[in-house]
Amino acid sequence: MKPFQYIRPTRLKDAIEAVASNPNARYIAGGTNLIDLMKRGIVSPEKLVDINGLPLKKIEKKTGFLRIGALALNSEVAQHRLVLENHPLLAQALNAGASGQLRNMATVGGNILQRTRCPYFYDPVFPCNKRKPGTGCGALEGINRTHAIFGLSENDPAQSCIAVHPSDFCVALSALDATVLVVGTKGERRIAFGDFHRLPGNSPDLDANLEKDELILAVEIPDAVFTKHVHYLKIRDRASYAFALVSVAAALDLENNRIKAARLALGGVAHKPWRLFEAEKALVGQPVSETTFQKAAELAMPSAKAFAHNAYKLKLVPNAIVQALKSAAALV
Amino acid sequence: MFNAKLPEPSLDRVDGRLKVTGTATYSAEYPLENLAHAVLVTSTIAKGRITGLDFKLAESVPGVLAVISHLNSPGVPGYPPVKQPAERAPIGTALRVFYDDFVYFSGQPVAVVVAQTLEQARHAASLAQVNYQTEKHQTDFEANVSKAAVALSVQRNKTSPFQDYDRGNPDAIKTADVKLESTYVFPTQHHQPLEPHAIIAVWETDDKLTIYDKNQGVKSAQGNLASAFKLPRENVQVNSPFIGGAFGSGIRVWPHTIAAVLAAKKVKRPVKLVLGRELMQMSVGSRPFTVQKIAIGASSDGKLTAITHEGIGQTSTYEEHLERTILATRAMYACPNVSTRYRLLNLDVNTPTWMRGPGDATGMFALESALDEMAHELKIDPLEFRIRNHADTDPERNLPWSAKTLKECYRTGAERFGWDKRTSEPRSMQANGLLVGYGMASSLYGFHRHPSKAKAVMRTDGSVVMQSATMDIGPGTGTAMTQIAAKMLGVSPNKIRFDLGDSSLPDAPGQNGSATITSVGSAVHVACEALKKKLLTLAAAMPNSPLANSRFEDITAKTGRIFPTANPSASISYADILKYHQLPQVEVTEESKPGPERDQYSMYSFGCHFVEVQVNPLTDEVRVSRVVTCADVGKIINYKTARSQSIGGIVGGIGMALMEESVMDHRFGRYINTDFAGYHIPVHADIPQIEVYYVDQPDVYVNPIGSKGLGEIAIVGVAAAVANAVFHATGKRVRQLPITVDKLV
Repeated sequence: MKPFQYIRPTRLKDAIEAVASNPNARYIAGGTNLIDLMKRGIVSPEKLVDINGLPLKKIEKKTGFLRIGALALNSEVAQHRLVLENHPLLAQALNAGASGQLRNMATVGGNILQRTRCPYFYDPVFPCNKRKPGTGCGALEGINRTHAIFGLSENDPAQSCIAVHPSDFCVALSALDATVLVVGTKGERRIAFGDFHRLPGNSPDLDANLEKDELILAVEIPDAVFTKHVHYLKIRDRASYAFALVSVAAALDLENNRIKAARLALGGVAHKPWRLFEAEKALVGQPVSETTFQKAAELAMPSAKAFAHNAYKLKLVPNAIVQALKSAAALV
Repeated sequence: MFNAKLPEPSLDRVDGRLKVTGTATYSAEYPLENLAHAVLVTSTIAKGRITGLDFKLAESVPGVLAVISHLNSPGVPGYPPVKQPAERAPIGTALRVFYDDFVYFSGQPVAVVVAQTLEQARHAASLAQVNYQTEKHQTDFEANVSKAAVALSVQRNKTSPFQDYDRGNPDAIKTADVKLESTYVFPTQHHQPLEPHAIIAVWETDDKLTIYDKNQGVKSAQGNLASAFKLPRENVQVNSPFIGGAFGSGIRVWPHTIAAVLAAKKVKRPVKLVLGRELMQMSVGSRPFTVQKIAIGASSDGKLTAITHEGIGQTSTYEEHLERTILATRAMYACPNVSTRYRLLNLDVNTPTWMRGPGDATGMFALESALDEMAHELKIDPLEFRIRNHADTDPERNLPWSAKTLKECYRTGAERFGWDKRTSEPRSMQANGLLVGYGMASSLYGFHRHPSKAKAVMRTDGSVVMQSATMDIGPGTGTAMTQIAAKMLGVSPNKIRFDLGDSSLPDAPGQNGSATITSVGSAVHVACEALKKKLLTLAAAMPNSPLANSRFEDITAKTGRIFPTANPSASISYADILKYHQLPQVEVTEESKPGPERDQYSMYSFGCHFVEVQVNPLTDEVRVSRVVTCADVGKIINYKTARSQSIGGIVGGIGMALMEESVMDHRFGRYINTDFAGYHIPVHADIPQIEVYYVDQPDVYVNPIGSKGLGEIAIVGVAAAVANAVFHATGKRVRQLPITVDKLV
């Protein structure tokens, strides 16, 4: 690990300036991902700006939305009364991620900004356009069992990336139409969750539409009706503490066994959380039944493309969608 | 006979408190003065030569004491001089550290950085520049399988068990009523103990070396280092009292050990080297990638008529690692016609090594899967099929078993598990919307016993010190040995101290091959017996001794006293015996070793596992929901530690079945999943209730204590039982481990 400076400002302005003024400075909060990346030589910041001294931990109900401060811990959010009452899907997704120890360290902002778990990204011996643009994508012709099937670059794939975003929390945030509140030297702005993360395109090194000096202050989740029929399904290689092969955030609003509103988003399948608008639309007005769910699931798939080792996802994804919807609707 | 609950007494782990309170000192934790830190620089290519080393940047890092490579290594005197021109190492050469410019696998140590602090050493290591001339490597098993051949060591040894083997008629398979042939693929797996390999190397003088090291055999590490550095054995001191798991990874001395010793020599300071998790997967050995083909023939009434079992294991280009892969097939079932073939495939990888249940875990996955396939084909219950083909004597050696109660294991396991509720058709059982599958498999592991010594010391206060250079990598060696000594001497366990993990203690084998209880336990038994005899003689010599004419057979020892069995009130305490004779202590060192019984009996541990899985019919996720395991390992010394060992084996077996795999990208000849996020081992949520039962009967022929090894059979067969349960649940036979979702969808 390269030697680095470390500061812990207590004023927001000082933190932003510290990062804005040094191209090799990075914010650090829980450090559950950044420290790993530093140890393995994937990133080598000269300066770490520890934001844990900033007052960004609050979870509060505002008119029309729930605001969760960027420094709220994953474990705190997952058991917070306001979250459980208003957006239980978020709590389910958070509890599906990482381990108890990690959730006690990891923050909301850090969760949203965690880097991919693509193995080619984590070993500098391998080519990786995300780590070192222009070196190629190690996974494209390599071992790509865990990789993307949606949102792939239509340009030269060798210059792009087929890694997936690893967060569970973000899949639920995507489904719930969250907004990310950020601040930088140019002031505050709000980014719709769907626009926050990027598809790889020609610059897979960038995960998010965020300026370098910008800092996440909070996520805001609009009030919603999805308090009862929600399910976060995570399919993984072991029962806990593994990244998703495929995950599904499903939320339904039901009346008389008919679907009034629906939300669906996938994890483990794209460079960003993958929202299924068409499938959602197809569910609305339909009766709760396995057939309804199957039809919706099929609508998710036309744009999917598989590689040598992840073709199973083409079958697994629609099945997982059906399973998640069944669980959300308590349909056995 | 079977013990569902722990019968008393089961001594608590004698070092349990030390371990759970963090006061047990592990290899990397010795707070030596002037300690320097070493970090390895490892190869990024799988085959080629080092053409240039640029350490200027690395050496400029503050605190760096040395950067050592083949160009400036102090040298290992046991290595031959480098030939001119240099040549690749011939088969049979352990990797020579910092010796020449050849690269044999990706992750091979090519240099070591030593610095004042770990951070400085890590940073400097990241700045070390190594240039290579790459050569085309071969790491892909399937692409190279045609090059597999009989190992050179086997070609040279006509009595090797790995010679081609034919019993009966090798062509019998062709005429079998029912015939099945399948290929089973076993991936590379790594041991992944939670404690990484670690060493502190200290040159006390120019010819005296001390190491604090994670290994499974202090005596073999001592011998290895003594010959490498041309030192008298007694000048090498190996201290390894606490080991945080090893599973075979510590049986041999790996390159990092030599690198640390060289580094300490170079900087003339104690040097600590701890492998990072990625090097735990790249620079210590693995269970080898193995492909097996089994053809099995049976009569329509369910008798095995022929089995052919071919195994091809992966090894490095410089060493041959052979393991038992195909051997179990010769002894497991009563089958008149059996043929086995074993081949090795040399690839540009690190040499594999023994990993829990070596060979048998691999081979029995294939054999027990094949048995299940045949049972299904014959429409016979898989357990009934095994009972029908039970080997009442060893069909390979034509000898009686020293003891075998496998049928009782089957019976009790089936009963406790509820095997009779199994409906035979795949996909026929469901619960809560999930598919349910029942699977079982047999387990066996050969009996190993080695000569072993133990020293027993009685002190004036009636306390006992036992010593042997044995190891505890986790099973609770000290606890079991204390119990054996306590029973023989009639002394309370809390008055006994058992020392191990120190190369200056009496000779003992390393901890491997499930041989510790049987070898060292026997030595402890005979040492304590000899001590008791000596004390009896001393007691008999005391004035008016009630033991004056007692024969050894007629005395009893209890609560630190001995007395004629017929007259318990006439007792003398050990302390009084020593006091009377004014002896500071009485000591004996005894050796116990196997005798001719090996030629008269065939000796194995046996067992069986019953597994229930639940599979989501939509998402194909498999979870093991219940396990019952039964083992026949002779006399159980300590139920608690035995049970823990069985549970550990089952956990390892579940990992083997469902998730463990070291995945290599053959374009680079390098593993891609070198951390715990990528290499999955089971977590608590993967592990269901595990019930453990033993046939607790001494095997009177194997050794004086009647106990056999348990460590390996605990894991052997588990993966097959899981795979068989998955087949029963889903109708899908997975012949390539691990059984992950992508193979079932």
